[in-house]
Amino acid sequence: MNKKLSILTNGILKENPVLRLVLGTCPTLAVTTAAFNGLGMGLAATFVLVCSNIAISSLRKVIPDKVRLPAYITVIATFVTIVQMLVQAFAQDLYSALGVYLPLIVVNCIILGRAEMFASKNNVLDSALDGLGMGLGFTATLLVMASIREILGAGTFFGMRVLPEENCITMMGTPPGGFFTFGVLMALVVFIETKMGQRKKRAIGCEGCPSAANCQSKGACN
Amino acid sequence: MEKNLIVTASPHIVDRSSTRRLMRNVIIALLPCVVASAWIFGLRALLVEAVAVFACVAFEYLYCYLMKKPIPVGDLSAVVTGLILAMNVPVTLPLWMVVLGSFVAIVITKQLFGGLGFNLANPALMGRLVLFGSFTGAMTNWTFPRTISGTDALAGATPLVAGQTDPLPVLDLFLGVHGGVLGETCALAILLGFIWLVATRTISPAIPLAYVGTVAVLALVFVGPSHVMLHVLGGGLLFGAVFMATDYVTSPFTLKGKIVFGIGLGIITWAIRYWGNMAEGVSYAILLMNLLVPYINDLTRQKPLGGAKKK
Repeated sequence: MNKKLSILTNGILKENPVLRLVLGTCPTLAVTTAAFNGLGMGLAATFVLVCSNIAISSLRKVIPDKVRLPAYITVIATFVTIVQMLVQAFAQDLYSALGVYLPLIVVNCIILGRAEMFASKNNVLDSALDGLGMGLGFTATLLVMASIREILGAGTFFGMRVLPEENCITMMGTPPGGFFTFGVLMALVVFIETKMGQRKKRAIGCEGCPSAANCQSKGACN
Repeated sequence: MEKNLIVTASPHIVDRSSTRRLMRNVIIALLPCVVASAWIFGLRALLVEAVAVFACVAFEYLYCYLMKKPIPVGDLSAVVTGLILAMNVPVTLPLWMVVLGSFVAIVITKQLFGGLGFNLANPALMGRLVLFGSFTGAMTNWTFPRTISGTDALAGATPLVAGQTDPLPVLDLFLGVHGGVLGETCALAILLGFIWLVATRTISPAIPLAYVGTVAVLALVFVGPSHVMLHVLGGGLLFGAVFMATDYVTSPFTLKGKIVFGIGLGIITWAIRYWGNMAEGVSYAILLMNLLVPYINDLTRQKPLGGAKKK
């Protein structure tokens, strides 16, 4: 039971996909200008992540190793298309706000990364939990980042005004502000880990890689 | 005698220069600008400068105290950063924005990169640019002193904007009685500072001369002789060239590098002013060239005496 729980909570801080694995930074930086967009993007990616992890995990014995990446992409693209149609049908505002980043979930490294590193080697339940945990980590990161940027940059939170307009630090809503917030949050996660005594030694190579435990091709990327 | 026999790596000839001494020279060089800003824009200019200096020193002290690093406040570099930052904001800027700019300058641009000597960009410049990008309205809220020659053409813009069609009298430009940020308007004060800095050998004149010269030549070529003085004296060119582009940490070492740096600054400034849709390009030019400094240093390295050419 504990093991299942740790699979779920791994993605939230210790192996947070954005802040620790540094995957999926493109949508992270692009859509976090408003808290609503961040939340929407996070939930959409979580849905795709859980579904694709389940599908890929259940098909893991069928998919030939040589063509696994095209097969994963096909599975992921199917779910992304479903999400895209749903969002377009029921949340038109979000659809136009996310723009091209919604279909781009197909090539989001988090999803392909979890398929390759986790779902292809673990059973369906574990994979679903991993997808959910990673998705929640992604959503939480996006929400925190987008909240900071929206409150400081536009003076609003989910569209409600919290700061007077003339006092907004407009810079926070622009790409430099995005990179800045990203860096500060990454540093914060490392700080929390250090305080909790869980900090991994940052070495180059497999020892320094947060996904080393699940890695199939040890040493191949050095 | 014991003290004079120090066995270390070269250089063996040392003089009395220290960070503190150099920074003190820069502060002295900035004093004419401080006086001029108070004369042109009123006493609030002094308040803005005091707040910026105090905030910069306080942030430097606090950061180093919290991070348990040695406190470098005594080297006066934070004072210089604060003064230069204050020189880069208009007199009407709310004080909390000045404090925010100081935070960006000292904590984010300087200390997070490792403190004095490790920052990639000029701290005061980054403070200015973040303020400019964030509070464009407040940062371009110019006040307009009465001009000496009685010209009244300045409602709403700095001479660079207003002067495109009808350049201001050179006397007004030279004395700086026109809209702008605190330090940039009075060319006379900046020149006094420049002479002091060169006379005390605090800076080499290469960067300011190459920079201003390039802009002057480009102005002559592209818009003709009537606008040369406007482009040299109007806007932040002189202040940037003398006080910001010459920052030791963010400018090249060698004379050749300094000249390349100055010419690059001139070209970028001109490109932004002439082809871009902004009236002013000095800050972005300095920022861009700051980031190129490591490469310039690499490419303009001095050949050691008798050294062979690298294959």
